[in-house]
Amino acid sequence: MFWSAVWAIFWKDVRAEFRTKDILTGMLVFAILAVLVFNFAFDLRVERPQAVIPGVMWVAIVFAGMLGLNRSFILEQDRGSLAGILLAPVDRSAIYAGKVLGNLVFMITVEVILLPVIVILFNVNVLMPSVLFFVLLGTVGFAIVGTIFSAIAVNTRAREVMLPVLLLPVMVPVLIAAVKGTAGILDGETLAEQMGALRLLIAFDVIFLGMAFLTFDFVLEETG
Amino acid sequence: MRKRWGWLEILAVVAAILVALNFYMGLIYAPDPSNLQTEVTRKAQHIFYYHMGMNVMAGLGMFTNFLASILYLITRRRFWDAVARSAAEIGVVFGIGVLVSGSLWARPTWNTWWTWDPRLTTATITVLLYAAYLMLRNAVEDPERQARFAGVYGIFAFLSVPITFMSIRLWRTIHPTVFGGGNPAAKGAFALGPHIRAAMQFSSITFMIVFFVFLALRVRVALLEERVNALRHHVDTRLSQGAEAEPIRR
Repeated sequence: MFWSAVWAIFWKDVRAEFRTKDILTGMLVFAILAVLVFNFAFDLRVERPQAVIPGVMWVAIVFAGMLGLNRSFILEQDRGSLAGILLAPVDRSAIYAGKVLGNLVFMITVEVILLPVIVILFNVNVLMPSVLFFVLLGTVGFAIVGTIFSAIAVNTRAREVMLPVLLLPVMVPVLIAAVKGTAGILDGETLAEQMGALRLLIAFDVIFLGMAFLTFDFVLEETG
Repeated sequence: MRKRWGWLEILAVVAAILVALNFYMGLIYAPDPSNLQTEVTRKAQHIFYYHMGMNVMAGLGMFTNFLASILYLITRRRFWDAVARSAAEIGVVFGIGVLVSGSLWARPTWNTWWTWDPRLTTATITVLLYAAYLMLRNAVEDPERQARFAGVYGIFAFLSVPITFMSIRLWRTIHPTVFGGGNPAAKGAFALGPHIRAAMQFSSITFMIVFFVFLALRVRVALLEERVNALRHHVDTRLSQGAEAEPIRR
């Protein structure tokens, strides 16, 4: 019952997205533009690009992710469909889990295209399994916290502005651990040598996933 | 309110006296730490009696916000929401105080206003977290919904602080550790003599009492604000009902 509701919400988001492709194309173009802007702003033809690229990559992922997260609940609210979802006789946490999965898939789709683009543009091989592991853990943490904050931000004045203000300070540990870990791996270290960053990401994901499940009911209490 | 002098007013006067005494304790009673090399760092160290005091207040504010947020979500009593909001305001104001006083001390001691040390960075992000918390409150009109969202965000914010600190510790630190555990790379640490220790304890207790006075006063104001808003709303609805009723009478 729980998982079928999760799947229904997730599949609805994915299907709606594949009909318009608004969010995905927006996120993708934005992510690539962010990388290009960094290139112009900092002139990334440095001696050791692997020291700079993790930061560029993660900022592009975070900002593109923010775009997608913003739409996640704004669409529901503008079409009045959130009330419909809330009327369904399912657990609120199933709605949350479905939304997290949807956002996660959108972000991963963008990353699948963004990372090869970074490889081509900067000649730094970020497509290593341990780097991808860091990307996955960081993206999961981002989707977990971002989805619940997106549900909060959509009910405020200036809703698009609210999400980054709420989300970025909480995301700092994910950003630091992910950038550190990615940079370490690109420097030739093994996953075992980046255990500190890895443990931190896992701890963040577990703690905030638990917190989100505990508190999401309070966020979507009333319909509307 | 008929009663003019309750426990809170008395405590406020006590706090004011303690703050005045704290100037004496921190600036005159406490000696210059003997182990610091230059005159200016020895004098600058006296800012610590305020730096730590404000840190105590900011920390208490954020912890109180966390507890009150949980209690509000469980009990749904407006009182806990008022406590949470008041505590967050104190946390932001004195968090900025900690950053500014630390910066003033760092200039002579570390030769720079700012460094990306774990403690400094964590403190800054924490202040930003609670600034975001207050912005969130500001951006939601409905008081019940505002309290609910703020409660959830307050819990997330507080839990993220230790994780942020650990994540930034992936770099090394030059901030002195005053209590326990030496940091060999620390710059500006000072030896604890009996007088310095006494002045420090005096300042912590003073600022703790100041915190409770500020919190209680702010909560009182917040609850009064809510009552005024409720009464205003009541009067407005009565007036609009009256305006509608008149044409029928005619």
